[in-house]
Amino acid sequence: MAISLKLNGKSHEVDAEPGTPLLWVIRDELKMTGTKFGCGVASCGACTVHLDGEPVRSCQTYIEDVEGAEITTIEAMADTKIGAAVQQAWVELDVVQCGYCQSGQIMSAVGLLSENPKPSAEDIDSYMYGNACRCATYQRIRAGIQRAAEILEA
Amino acid sequence: MTVNTSRRGFLKAAAATGAVLMVGLRPDGVLAAGGEGAMLNPFVRIGADGSVTAIVKHIEKGQGPATGLSTLIAEEIGLTMDQIGYEFAPSDPQVYNNLLFGPFQGTGGSTAMANSYLQYRQAGAAARDVLIRAAAAAWDADPATLDIVDGIVTGAGQSAPLGDFVAAASGLEPPAEPALKDPGAFRLIGNPDVRRLDSEIKGNGTAMYAMDVHLPNQMVVMIARPEQRGALATGFDDAASKEIKGFINAAVLPNQAGVAVYAENTWAAMQARDALDVTWDVSAAETRGSDQIEAEIRAALDAEPVYNVNKSDAAATVAAIDGAASVVEKTFYFPLLAHAPMEPLNCTIEATEDGGILLHDGCQFPTGPHMAMAEIFQLPMEKIRINTMLAGGSFGRRATPSADYQVEAALAFVMTDRSRPVKLVWSREDDLRSGYYRPAFGHKVRVGLDDSGSIVGWEHRIAGQSIMKGTAFEGFSVRDGVDHSSVEGAADTPYLIPGAHFGLTDTEKATSTLWWRAVGHTHTAYVMEVMMDMAADAAGQDPVAFRLKYLDGGEADQQRMAGVLKLAAEKSGWGNAPAGRSQGVAVHKSFGTYVAEVVEISGNADDGVRIEKVTCAADCGVAVNPDVIKAQMEGGIGYGIGHVMRDQITLTDGAVDQYNFPDYEPLRISDIAQIDVHIVASAEAPTGVGEPGTPPAAPALANAIAAASALRVSSLPMAENGVSFV
Repeated sequence: MAISLKLNGKSHEVDAEPGTPLLWVIRDELKMTGTKFGCGVASCGACTVHLDGEPVRSCQTYIEDVEGAEITTIEAMADTKIGAAVQQAWVELDVVQCGYCQSGQIMSAVGLLSENPKPSAEDIDSYMYGNACRCATYQRIRAGIQRAAEILEA
Repeated sequence: MTVNTSRRGFLKAAAATGAVLMVGLRPDGVLAAGGEGAMLNPFVRIGADGSVTAIVKHIEKGQGPATGLSTLIAEEIGLTMDQIGYEFAPSDPQVYNNLLFGPFQGTGGSTAMANSYLQYRQAGAAARDVLIRAAAAAWDADPATLDIVDGIVTGAGQSAPLGDFVAAASGLEPPAEPALKDPGAFRLIGNPDVRRLDSEIKGNGTAMYAMDVHLPNQMVVMIARPEQRGALATGFDDAASKEIKGFINAAVLPNQAGVAVYAENTWAAMQARDALDVTWDVSAAETRGSDQIEAEIRAALDAEPVYNVNKSDAAATVAAIDGAASVVEKTFYFPLLAHAPMEPLNCTIEATEDGGILLHDGCQFPTGPHMAMAEIFQLPMEKIRINTMLAGGSFGRRATPSADYQVEAALAFVMTDRSRPVKLVWSREDDLRSGYYRPAFGHKVRVGLDDSGSIVGWEHRIAGQSIMKGTAFEGFSVRDGVDHSSVEGAADTPYLIPGAHFGLTDTEKATSTLWWRAVGHTHTAYVMEVMMDMAADAAGQDPVAFRLKYLDGGEADQQRMAGVLKLAAEKSGWGNAPAGRSQGVAVHKSFGTYVAEVVEISGNADDGVRIEKVTCAADCGVAVNPDVIKAQMEGGIGYGIGHVMRDQITLTDGAVDQYNFPDYEPLRISDIAQIDVHIVASAEAPTGVGEPGTPPAAPALANAIAAASALRVSSLPMAENGVSFV
């Protein structure tokens, strides 16, 4: 079926069957590869995107449910104030190792800072729980979010 | 999106311009710059615009060689870190081999920096030498009076960017042994402010992993696999698959290990594979469960070991323990573990216009799949090329002696008319269920102590599934029947233990076995360090002081191990934990690096343990990129702790019970509150950092739990053996 998607401020017409996860439309149809496949069961967070500003797992978000919604991916984060601050903090602190989960980490971190501008370590641990990092970069993720909060406050 | 499919073509084109300086080893092993000969073996490329590119022979899977090897070249030439970029080397076992592996290109054993340190510094120094001589000639100056600082050649009252001299430098012969910088003059090596070169692209979605390859007209292939290892596909019904839009075809793999499902995209491949009805011949399939594997290992521990690993007098050890004032003993069991790198395994194969094959892969052991491709496609080695891409983790999984997933892709491709590239994609379920595992191991140890609490005998039996036997790597690791990877970290411990005897028995492999971050040290460190703690406890002595007794009076090996132990004790406030906290310590040498860790917890095994702080001290020789080393220790600690907390792979009737992250739960951000890493200043040759942070983490946690709970966890994972976590 033909579906009209609004992604990173642009409209896209895609042909996808109902039940197709948004993840695979973004990656295979639109060929935007910053959003990652890690588990397919919403258990790792690597596929996190924003749907009307809220982080969602795109592997468990179906294409027929997102028509008309504003979808934002990692590729557009630099254009947002919070996204740019998080990316700056990530580079300052060298948060990444293999990097494969980091798009999803950043999408969740932006979601957290959008609703809580000064999160405590406990707030971060609670909000970011669903984003797995097999390299275990967690303590830099925690520090990166707090650094981004500082950047935004300045 | 397009992928660079012709790196060599690019290099040739660049050479033709002449305004490019290549530096590397000539076939005769001599460093050379410029000219056709140097083109064959480049480590450094300098464009006419002065842009410098390090050609990195090791895979970047997060452990930092893209930054590390670039740092070496930038240091020796005289660049800032933002004046150097990197590219991954093509597959060439003669030129880009791991110098510790022989004629084999590959990354493993935490050797990337250890084997490259002098090689890449020499390549940088050779480039510097010809650039300076070219500038000296242009300025009619003495080369000894010139310098390169921040990419600018200066001296003789002049200065110019190094790009001005690339054309002239490319015609000069570099010295066979270029002078290396004095370590006292290092500006980048050892500088904690040097940042990773791959941070920005990994934070903005532009980093390209093999999973991100989209070649024109490519097909996605997934493999329908048997539940039981060793079952063979004999046929299938694809009627339901044909109902899936985007399904193309299905075919039994030539080795019958599964059925290749071809589709237009990943989602179609997943659905079509789920819909496929495969007929399996299970007559030769594995039917044992993990209970049987464990029973077999425990039985082996109760029998005399087959191999006397350290060729010691076992009877004397037993007699010493039997006559000891007190004896501590414990039997340990370590389950199968999956590696589960974040990027599910995948690779893409395409035919090239010259009749060859191009593999796009986050390739850890290029020479293995290179040889396998040559065999499968019946092509000479030079017709096979590998485009090594960023890898989303590995922890050992990408480096199999059998090149397992690359061979799968090749078999899927060889069955087609080769007009369409094939991208093989694994799901997380494939990764956990059809993969290779850290083998199951058991240890049985008895330690005898005299009246003064000193060790008089240490009898240590190990039983488990050899990683190396029966593989192409057997010759590297097996001596007199003993697979060193089964006993490393125990039989070669730096501790000076009187009356130590180590015995080994191999048990049958019920799954494919594979090195897993830190290999044998993943179980030997746990046993050595828990036993040391139990012995200290029995002796009524402080665990740190007790360990130091067995490092006193030794050589550098013992002194370096004692050094990290003392540093970790000091930095952690050992013995002065806040109220409600308990500490545990462990120290271990692996891959040439010494690491001590103190884990501080609150709570206890019954009420719930929380890991409040891990303090780490590491001695890895020269610390090239201190912040990368810290990150590797942080990650290694997390990897070790996450798995012992709650992970295992179990089998029922030969089939893997776990399916995905919900039942193979990764370490989460809330599991460890804080990690502090301290690096010992050292002028020794650099050693590994990717793995050595892992081994001490689990026993330090176990010892902290014992301090809080009087519970010695000897079977893993902890959550299944009496420990709750909060």
